[in-house]
Amino acid sequence: MAELNRMTIAAARDALRAGEVTSVELTEACLSAVEGAGALNAFVHHTPQIAMEQARAADARIKAGDAPAMCGIPLGIKDLFCTRGVPSQAGSRILEGFRPEYESTVTQNLFDAGAVMLGKLNMDEFAMGSSNETSVYGNAVNPWRRGNDDAPLTPGGSSGGSAAAVAADLCLGATGTDTGGSIRQPAAFTGITGIKPTYGRCSRWGIVAFASSLDQAGPMTRTVRDAAIMLEAMCGHDPKDSTSADLAVPDFEAMLTGDIRGRKIGIPREYRMDGMPDEIEALWAEGRRMLEDAGAQMVDISLPHTKYALPAYYVIAPAEASSNLARYDGVRYGHRATLAQGDGITEMYEKTRAEGFGDEVQRRVMVGTYVLSAGFYDAYYNRARKVRTLIKRDFEEAFAAGIDAILTPATPSAAFGLGEMSDADPVAMYLNDVFTVTVNLAGLPGIAVPAGLDKQGLPLGLQLIGRPWEEGDLLNGAYALERAAGFVAKPGKWW
Amino acid sequence: MSIDKETAAKVARLARIRVEPDRLETLAGEFNAVLGFIEQLGEVDVEGVEPMVSVTPMRLKRRADEVTDGGMQDKILSNAPDAREGFFAVPKVVE
Repeated sequence: MAELNRMTIAAARDALRAGEVTSVELTEACLSAVEGAGALNAFVHHTPQIAMEQARAADARIKAGDAPAMCGIPLGIKDLFCTRGVPSQAGSRILEGFRPEYESTVTQNLFDAGAVMLGKLNMDEFAMGSSNETSVYGNAVNPWRRGNDDAPLTPGGSSGGSAAAVAADLCLGATGTDTGGSIRQPAAFTGITGIKPTYGRCSRWGIVAFASSLDQAGPMTRTVRDAAIMLEAMCGHDPKDSTSADLAVPDFEAMLTGDIRGRKIGIPREYRMDGMPDEIEALWAEGRRMLEDAGAQMVDISLPHTKYALPAYYVIAPAEASSNLARYDGVRYGHRATLAQGDGITEMYEKTRAEGFGDEVQRRVMVGTYVLSAGFYDAYYNRARKVRTLIKRDFEEAFAAGIDAILTPATPSAAFGLGEMSDADPVAMYLNDVFTVTVNLAGLPGIAVPAGLDKQGLPLGLQLIGRPWEEGDLLNGAYALERAAGFVAKPGKWW
Repeated sequence: MSIDKETAAKVARLARIRVEPDRLETLAGEFNAVLGFIEQLGEVDVEGVEPMVSVTPMRLKRRADEVTDGGMQDKILSNAPDAREGFFAVPKVVE
């Protein structure tokens, strides 16, 4: 069995159970792939020792015959997840040296299921970014390139390291988190699958907080089936997160029948943006045709407040971030600035935060501070929360009218070059999330599925948006789309 | 609504982030770009709309008011940049 690191989670699970391969073998294959992929800068903290211990334990468990699906599967973990004793920096200088004394619920769930951690993955600082260029570790690099052009491209963000690692076969799956599109946009940029579940499906406990009312964890994998298997292991009720849903977790994989006959798929007219590249338009049309051929019914719908989703997001997310990031004060953990003679506690806070936070994080914390400040709270923050109510209502009305899922492009373009956006104003970068951010504001599940290549040979993704708590149905729709699209392209290995 | 250097300096102070005076001009410009973008929200008719509090219609769970964890001073202090005699240490706060 050559190239074990290229296996899907489903195939590896079956081979492990059949005794055709061991977790130790799988893990060694992945560790050596990681070692050879330094140029991608996807893995930023390596934990080979933990991985080998977990792999041996998984093999013993598989032998004993009580192994859950994720047992023995080597994964990468986004740096945003607190992992006990292992650096967990959220891609920020301010958490340099921080080694949590506890384990996030999602990673604990995965480890309880027998999963193996290869290391921590690169990301935008505090998950604030769409290109992985705000990371203290430097850029993660997309394994895909434009034809023979060797200009490095972004893997997207904020889960850029996760996307690059899965696309380059360094691990079988990776955890991601998604506040405005941070799972789905990088998945689309790297030709992999990523699902953000319904808000409350995955516990947020132990995940470094960005915008608490929007943050959700989810899996990033090579296939829809793998996403179903891994999501099931990640989610579940957690008393330590008061917004975690006390709902049974269905067997998502069992719901992958590929039968979507009679399903009503909404096509929102507001997602047809001015200046949208023809290739994105064509891909979307192709997606409609594929779902129609599979027996679904396309229905034109309207989500009238779509245009206001990004502006509302850029009030709500920075407001919550300014509050969440107040905890980085140089007192309890992480970086503290060197102080001058006579500096007091205010200087300590101000110098520590100026040194510890990068430009984009500083900007968002300050924008959040401004929109929450006296005199502006109603004009900005409360108004944005009212608009959020209207955005959610748009979706509720569509679902009430019988729509089962909504099909949109995942991103407004293919992956762009690293550094290409550096001269643009911050808002130009924010537009990357134009198709994904509505889903976070409405708390809905959304999935990005690779559906084709552009003229330059870069992957493009489509997004399906589902009803709340119906990830199983959503995954099944994505499975039908995946089968119809037959996306099998892989990046040529240059790293 | 346009942000000037003084407002930028005030916001930086509120956020407890030191910004050197020569950076304030640029920062104010960046704020204005973002605020210009979110200004669009003014177009939306929000008359009678409730501001969203919770995105999923569920009550926050309550639990019994009892101690479930604790007694781990060393763990709490293990990541502190400066800890002494079982406390977090900071520069002098009170003269």
